[in-house]
Amino acid sequence: MSINVKNIHKQFGEFTALDDISLDFPSGELVALLGPSGCGKTTLLRIIAGLEQADQGDIILDGENASNTHVRDRQVGFVFQHYALFKHMTIFDNVAFGLRMKPKAQRPSESKIREKVFSLLQLVQLDWLADRFPAQLSGGQRQRIALARALAVEPRVLLLDEPFGALDAKVRKELRRWLRKLHDELHITSIFVTHDQEEALEVADRVVLMDHGKVEQVGTPEAVYNHPQTPFVYSFLGSVNVFHGRAEQEHLQVGNEQLRHHNDSYGHSKDVFAFARPHEIKIVDNNHHEGVSARISRVLSFGIETKVELDGLNGTHYEVHLSQQQRQAQSLYIGQEVKLVPSALALFPRELETSAQAQRLSEQQG
Amino acid sequence: MSTLAIQTHPSQTTRFEKNAATREPNWVKYLLLGISLSFFALFLLLPLIAVFTEALRKGLETYWLAFTDADALSAIALTLTAALISVPLNLVFGVAAAWAITKFEFRGKQILITFIDLPFSISPVIVGLSLVLVFGVHGWFGEWLVANDVKVIFALPGIVLATIFVTFPFVARELIPLMQAQGKEEEEAAIVLGAKGWQTFWYVTLPNIKWGLLYGVILCNARAMGEFGAVSVVSGHIRGETNTLPLHVEILYNEYNFSAAFAVASLLALLALLTLVIKSYVEHKISKRTNG
Repeated sequence: MSINVKNIHKQFGEFTALDDISLDFPSGELVALLGPSGCGKTTLLRIIAGLEQADQGDIILDGENASNTHVRDRQVGFVFQHYALFKHMTIFDNVAFGLRMKPKAQRPSESKIREKVFSLLQLVQLDWLADRFPAQLSGGQRQRIALARALAVEPRVLLLDEPFGALDAKVRKELRRWLRKLHDELHITSIFVTHDQEEALEVADRVVLMDHGKVEQVGTPEAVYNHPQTPFVYSFLGSVNVFHGRAEQEHLQVGNEQLRHHNDSYGHSKDVFAFARPHEIKIVDNNHHEGVSARISRVLSFGIETKVELDGLNGTHYEVHLSQQQRQAQSLYIGQEVKLVPSALALFPRELETSAQAQRLSEQQG
Repeated sequence: MSTLAIQTHPSQTTRFEKNAATREPNWVKYLLLGISLSFFALFLLLPLIAVFTEALRKGLETYWLAFTDADALSAIALTLTAALISVPLNLVFGVAAAWAITKFEFRGKQILITFIDLPFSISPVIVGLSLVLVFGVHGWFGEWLVANDVKVIFALPGIVLATIFVTFPFVARELIPLMQAQGKEEEEAAIVLGAKGWQTFWYVTLPNIKWGLLYGVILCNARAMGEFGAVSVVSGHIRGETNTLPLHVEILYNEYNFSAAFAVASLLALLALLTLVIKSYVEHKISKRTNG
């Protein structure tokens, strides 16, 4: 079932949680709502479910305006961040709950319910836990039961609020893969909220990036990672280095130093943010004619890459990733004065940015 | 009134005591223990023993007679009736108030919370007097009540009203912190799964609060049966008609019928002891739930 979100606005007192959000979620896709905490992603999910009321705008489910439909009639499955399993009920009763609450005319017989519950428990591979209570289960098991419970009523959409947020790193990775597999089997339109960019990029068909109640970019994981359209997306998806400077025709003036850029659209000088990923930067001698000066503060050489952390002149920080080959070809030591030369630079005009965004960028950098 | 059950798990205390770095000198321990135990013996245990010895002084037969007396039986019946009416009413009120306060936003919430505590801070005598002022013959509704032949003061309705007033907070006070701590996620989950309002209450909310609710009801009931001050003002002390157990004790005592007075008092004391037993059982259940 498709979901359309139209001009949703939500205010909590002075705080704007959602600012005129419009999104389309096509049928059968697994979409991630990604953003930092407080960006409005959970609020949007709860508005779609009907657990929260938007101040303005409409939620269209399957072409029908559902804005005034009661939660229980929207036929959505909702998985809560902390599972919200019924503590006093067995796992079986938890999963059976939705079926047993149906009006008499629609309620399946107890034997049908039993069949259905066990098939769902098998789907989440936990049928051997049917008689246990939620407190006796691990976090990962509880999350899978919460999912089975949500699926029991055959919802038209599945909404998951930070589904792996409360789990440790290893279980989280396992469940991520498992959720993707499950979605490929069921093909139910699903939206999940996360603040973990890796999670969103790995699991989702499409990623919706949100910040401060606004949608920053929508696209496939490849598209949003490789072609970030806003400074926020650039800095939120993976680590990034920012250079503040003035773009001239062929180079970027950063303080007294220059960097080359390959962007034709800058005919005349303009204040810009310039972004480069850690692996898109070379470390060169500090007598090199081009580049931005920095001093090496840390060299971390475990794993397949070497991470070099550097301090810039005016309190900025940089991070450069080198392959082990590059690392061996170069002698690097802490305290060394070097220059940084980006092989690629993404430029964003600075006047487009609000001061708040600029503030945050420099915070993220520091 | 504390709303949390006192924990008696040894782990925390022994960890402190076994450790030389955090241990207090022994004399501190025994001084504190000595003070609390002697207070307990002197002010709690001794009176309790006195009640039972005085009650049984003239033998079991007299003891038995004190209950089977017609006035005593009617006092027992009245006390039970008053409790039977006021406890369920306070149960309904308590659940409704706790629900409203923890699940809804509304103006005057803080005022409601404050007013729930009013019966704790106000003297029961004032409660009785205010009821007389409102429902008495010369009170606000006095004329109307007389005209319609409704008796409130010096009758069962007055006693019930007084009992309700003084036992008002117990259930609500017990439930509010409990329901606040539980939040509303489970209820949201139930609604998303298609449960109606009453289904959510019956299958999700109630099972979660049932031990706290029972705890509140037990305390409420104990107070309802033992209330003296407020009931004394509105009852009129009509023997065999408007005398509750505590009032009956007073009358017997004032008539120098000590053994009967203590016999009836021992009944109330037994009731209190029984309440304590049930209460600790429920507390045990609650702590098992919250630790589990």
